[in-house]
Amino acid sequence: MAKKLMKGNEAIAEAAVCVGAINYFAYPITPQSEVAEYLARRLPEVGGVFIQAESEVAVGNMLFGAACSGKRVFTTSSSPGISLMQEAISYMAGAHLPVVIVNIMRGGPGLGGILPAQSDYFQAVKGGGHGDYRLIVLAPSSVQEAVDLTILAFQLADKYRAPVMMIGDGMIGQMMESVEFPAKYQDPPLPPKDWALGGARGRKPQVIKSLFLDPIALEKNNILLAEKYKVIRENEVRYELYKVNNKNRLLLFAYGMMARICQTAIDELETEGISVGLFRPISLFPFPEKEVYREVLKDNIERLLTVEMSMGQMVEDIERCSKGKKPLGFYGRTGGIVPMTEEVKGAVKKELGLVK
Amino acid sequence: MPGILINKTYCKGCELCVRACPMQIIAMSKELNEKGYFCAILQEPTKCIGCRICAITCPDAAIEVHTHGTQFALFKY
Amino acid sequence: MAKDELTILGRPESLSDNITHYCPGCTHGIIHRLVAESIDELGVRERTVGVAPVGCAVLIYNYLNVDFMESPHGRAPALATGFKRLRPDMIVFTYQGDGDLASIGMSEIIHAANRGEKFTVVFVNNAIYGMTGGQMAPTTMPHQKTTTSPMGRDVSLSGYPIRVAELLSSLRTPAYIARTAVHTPIHVIDAKQKIKRAFAYQIQGKCFSLVEVLSTCPTNWGIAPDAATRWVTDNMMPYYPLGTFKTPEEEIA
Repeated sequence: MAKKLMKGNEAIAEAAVCVGAINYFAYPITPQSEVAEYLARRLPEVGGVFIQAESEVAVGNMLFGAACSGKRVFTTSSSPGISLMQEAISYMAGAHLPVVIVNIMRGGPGLGGILPAQSDYFQAVKGGGHGDYRLIVLAPSSVQEAVDLTILAFQLADKYRAPVMMIGDGMIGQMMESVEFPAKYQDPPLPPKDWALGGARGRKPQVIKSLFLDPIALEKNNILLAEKYKVIRENEVRYELYKVNNKNRLLLFAYGMMARICQTAIDELETEGISVGLFRPISLFPFPEKEVYREVLKDNIERLLTVEMSMGQMVEDIERCSKGKKPLGFYGRTGGIVPMTEEVKGAVKKELGLVK
Repeated sequence: MPGILINKTYCKGCELCVRACPMQIIAMSKELNEKGYFCAILQEPTKCIGCRICAITCPDAAIEVHTHGTQFALFKY
Repeated sequence: MAKDELTILGRPESLSDNITHYCPGCTHGIIHRLVAESIDELGVRERTVGVAPVGCAVLIYNYLNVDFMESPHGRAPALATGFKRLRPDMIVFTYQGDGDLASIGMSEIIHAANRGEKFTVVFVNNAIYGMTGGQMAPTTMPHQKTTTSPMGRDVSLSGYPIRVAELLSSLRTPAYIARTAVHTPIHVIDAKQKIKRAFAYQIQGKCFSLVEVLSTCPTNWGIAPDAATRWVTDNMMPYYPLGTFKTPEEEIA
C-alpha cells in the first residue's frame, strides 16, 4: 500500500482495522481523542462496533464482555483513563482474555497535564491493578512503529490469551509521519478460540471468570499465569541497538520518542568525537534483561545513562539488570517538557565528566 | 391423584412451603438431611390437590409435583 | 411414579443440579428458577449468555446451565453491552443485587438503559448487602438496622432508599421496566410473567429490559424465612410499589 501522511492516533486506529479489530470502546481524553473520532466514522464502514462509553471504567468492562465473544476488541486512552481501567485489566488478565489497550501517555500525577510524558511506565510494566499479573507492554518510537506494534499487539494478545498494552507518549499520538499499512494482512497461525462464549449448543456451558474461592484453584490460576509470562519472557523480548559498537564510552537507555531524540544526540556527539550507543527497549515487558546485562558488561562501556520523560522509572529496571557493573546516571524532564537534543548531549558529557 | 416429591438433598428446611400449602399438609420432619437440615415432608398425601404452590414457593426447587390423568390448573404458571 | 404419572412442575432444564449456597429461605433461589423457567419456555438456553455479579449471586454460573461471564462489582451492564453488541444473536442477561446495581454500578446501569442496550437485567432488591454480611445498601429502608447503620438508616445522613425502577423509567429511551416480588406464591407468579416478558422483548430485539424483584435476606435481616416474607409486605411493598413502569409500546412525549 502507498505511504500516507497520518497522525499517530489515526494511524493506530487504522492499524487495528487492518487486523480486523473493528470493535472499539472508548472515552474522550486528550491527547488521543482523535482515535475515537476517526473510528466513529471508520468502523461503520467495516461493520464494526463503536461505543463511546460513560467512563473508562465502563470502557474496561465493555472490553471484558466483548472479549468473551472471541472477537478482537481494543481501546485507547491516556494516563488518567488508563488508571480507571486497572481493575478491569486485572480481571481480564485473571480470566485469560485477549485485549489490546493503548495508552497515549500525558503528564501526571493526577490531572497533571496534556503534554507528552512517560510517567506511566511503572503502572504499565509493574502492573497497575491488583494481583499477580503482568501485561505485555510495547513502546513504539515512531508512527510507523506504532502501526507495526498495534498489529503485533493483537497477535500477541491472541497468541497468549492475555491483555497487551502499547504505550506511547503524547507525541506519538499527536505527530504526523508517513506510514504504510500491510496491503493484504494475514494473521500468523494463532490458537483457536474455543474458550469464547457463544451459547451452550452441543457442549456444556462455559464460564469466563477470575473468581476462584478455593485457594488451591486460585493458586493454580496464578501458576498458570506465571508459566504464561515465563514463555513470554523467553519468546517476546524486542529491543533495538543504535550505533552500539566497541568504541562506545557510554551506553544510553531510552524508549519511545525519547529514544529518537537520543539518536540525534548520538549523531551530533559522534561529530564531536564522543562515541555513544543507544539501547532502546521495544518490549517493556518482557524487559530485555539479559541483553542489557550483556551490553553493560562490554569493557569499552564506562558509564550508563537512562533518559526518560519522567522522574525515573525504567532506570530502576536498568539498575536491576546492570547489577551495578557500571555507574548508572539518569536524566529526565516531566510536566510534559520533552528534553531537547542539547540537554541529552549535556547530560552525556556531564556523565562522562567532560563538563561540570 | 396428585402428589409431590420433596427432594431431601435440596431441602434446606426453610419452611416456606409449610405456610404456602393451601391444604396445610406439609410439615417439618424430625429427620436431618446430610447437610443437617430438617426436611419438609408431605404429611397427608391423599389431601394434595396438585396446585403446585409449594413447588412455586420453594427457593431450592426441591419439590416436584405429579398428577394422574386430568389435573385442573387452578392458575396459569 | 405410577404408569400415567405426569410431572406438572419440576426442576427446569436450565437450572443445574447443584445445591445452591444460598441461605435457607433466601428467595434468590426462586428468582434463579424463574429465570431458568423463562429460558426453557422461550427455548433459548443454547444461545443465552449470563453475566454474573459480585454479591450473593456471584456463583450463579454454578446454578444455571448457560454460558456465563463474571463481572467486576457493579459492571455487569458494561460487560453485557460489550458482548451483546458483538453478538446480537445471543440472549444476554445480567443478574445483579442492589449493592451491585444501585451502588457501585449505578453509572453502568443508567447508561446501558439510556443507550437502549438490548439485554435483560434481573435486579434483586433485598434492601441489604448479603454476601459481605449485612451492610446498608442504597435500597435499605429508613430506620432499617444493618451492620453499617446499627442505629437504623438515618435518612438525614444517607438519604432515602433509591427506587431503581422509577429512576430508570424516567429515561426517554424506550425500555421495559417493571418491579415485582417473590415473597408469596401469588407474587412469584407475577414475577415469572414479568421476567419472561423481559426476555421476550429481548428475543424480539425490541429494547432494554429490567425487572426489579423484591427479595428476602433472612440471615442478614435477622428474621426467619417465613417472617421475612411478611417483612417485605409490611416494610418494602409500601415504599417499592409493584407494577410495570415502562413499556416500549407506549408513545412518550
